[in-house]
Amino acid sequence: MSREITITALKYNPSDKNSKPTFAEYKLTETPGMTLYIALTKIKASIDHDLSSDFVCRAGICGACGMIINGKPRLACKTLTSEFKDGKIELLPLPTFKLIKDLSVDTGSWMKNMSIRVNSWIEAKEQTDITKIEKIVEPEVAQEVFELDRCIECGLCVASCSTAIMRKDFVGAVGLNRVARFQIDPHDKRTDSDFYEIIGDDEGIFGCMSLLACEDHCPKNLPLQSKIAYMRRKMVKV
Amino acid sequence: MLQDNIVESILGKTTQKRKSKIPAKLDFLQSATGLILAIFIIFHLLFEASILFGKDSMYAITKMFELDFFIKGGSPIFISILAFIIFAIFIFHAFLAMRKFPNSYREYLRLKTHAKLMKHSDTNLWIIQITTGFMLFFLGSIHLYTMLTQPANIGPFASSDRVYSDMFWPMYLMLLISVVLHAGVGIYRLIMKWGWFDGKNPKENRLRTRKIIKIITIIYLIIGLFSLITYIKIGYEHRDSYGERYKVITNEN
Repeated sequence: MSREITITALKYNPSDKNSKPTFAEYKLTETPGMTLYIALTKIKASIDHDLSSDFVCRAGICGACGMIINGKPRLACKTLTSEFKDGKIELLPLPTFKLIKDLSVDTGSWMKNMSIRVNSWIEAKEQTDITKIEKIVEPEVAQEVFELDRCIECGLCVASCSTAIMRKDFVGAVGLNRVARFQIDPHDKRTDSDFYEIIGDDEGIFGCMSLLACEDHCPKNLPLQSKIAYMRRKMVKV
Repeated sequence: MLQDNIVESILGKTTQKRKSKIPAKLDFLQSATGLILAIFIIFHLLFEASILFGKDSMYAITKMFELDFFIKGGSPIFISILAFIIFAIFIFHAFLAMRKFPNSYREYLRLKTHAKLMKHSDTNLWIIQITTGFMLFFLGSIHLYTMLTQPANIGPFASSDRVYSDMFWPMYLMLLISVVLHAGVGIYRLIMKWGWFDGKNPKENRLRTRKIIKIITIIYLIIGLFSLITYIKIGYEHRDSYGERYKVITNEN
């Protein structure tokens, strides 16, 4: 039997000076296997054309549909409405990012700044000679790098972080994870001392309070707990 | 030195155009001072609980800390010295830990709302830690100053008189709860922070660590409460002889 669910969403358009923050309530009939992404699409198609929220892939890959769902930062496309037994779901935009409108936030600019800040690219040890066979990277090391590369930059780790909530210059788990990825990568020539120049301050690794909300809310289950601890151990030794 | 500081405060980099190593040292020292204090508390509460085994046991422990095996009859000065060292570490730890506190209305509001909405276990543990940490600024200072200045007033009767007749028990009750919670959460967070027991399965080991520390914390709270109740009881029974010191009754003929 399908039930009626109630979705409450924060509505506000910062670029419209007449807009005031309000909570809009939508009632709709739940369908089997309904995700919040599907529910939001239904609301936008048939109840409120003005409601804004982001999505691209619908499959937990693009990281665009992050929002606060009943208090927790999650991806709308990976959240089933059936999880909420009382059928009441409250949606808020991700904090720490610039609000575009309603549930839509600008994670892109934040992530771009983070990437530039942590030099999120390989600084190669040597010029690659394409006429020669590539140097072998141990499979375990390659696997470890690939594992950290699975980050989709959804911003849930930043939105769940108490430091990031309080201090907007904090690099976040996504940034620390990125630095760890290059620190592990044998192609990268940078030393720990170079990485210290990037994250060796209270806006970087020493701002992290190890509350592990990043680890607990990461939709890709990245090993943030152990990698942040790893980077911290490295950075205090520099 | 001043010129170095001027350069760093303006540029955010040292005169060598590198980032300062001070934040790394502060982060390490915050953990190190916390660990020292936590280990101190672990033993302190056990020694204090010697009252549960009788007045003689507590008296023997007191005399041991007065180094009676070293100086005949022992001397309370050693308690003062220990209290001074712990007080210094305590103040330094508070100074370092304060850096993480929410320090404006907006930071406080954002943190409070965030924690309330998210209902996340470790975030809530930290809220407990900053609350108890704030309480300890005052409670810990009262206790440490008392020990520093009145080291001779420790013993089965002297301590009980302080607890009951001098009305220290409400303070000690709050101190006990806040210090045990603060140390318990603190040790758990230290283990997470430095990844000490990550092993092959950090997620599983985290749950295991949390469970073990939770059990130990509850045991310490129970031991501490029973000790305090015992001191209150002795203090109540001893109220008419306030000021009298305990003497070990020997059975020598």
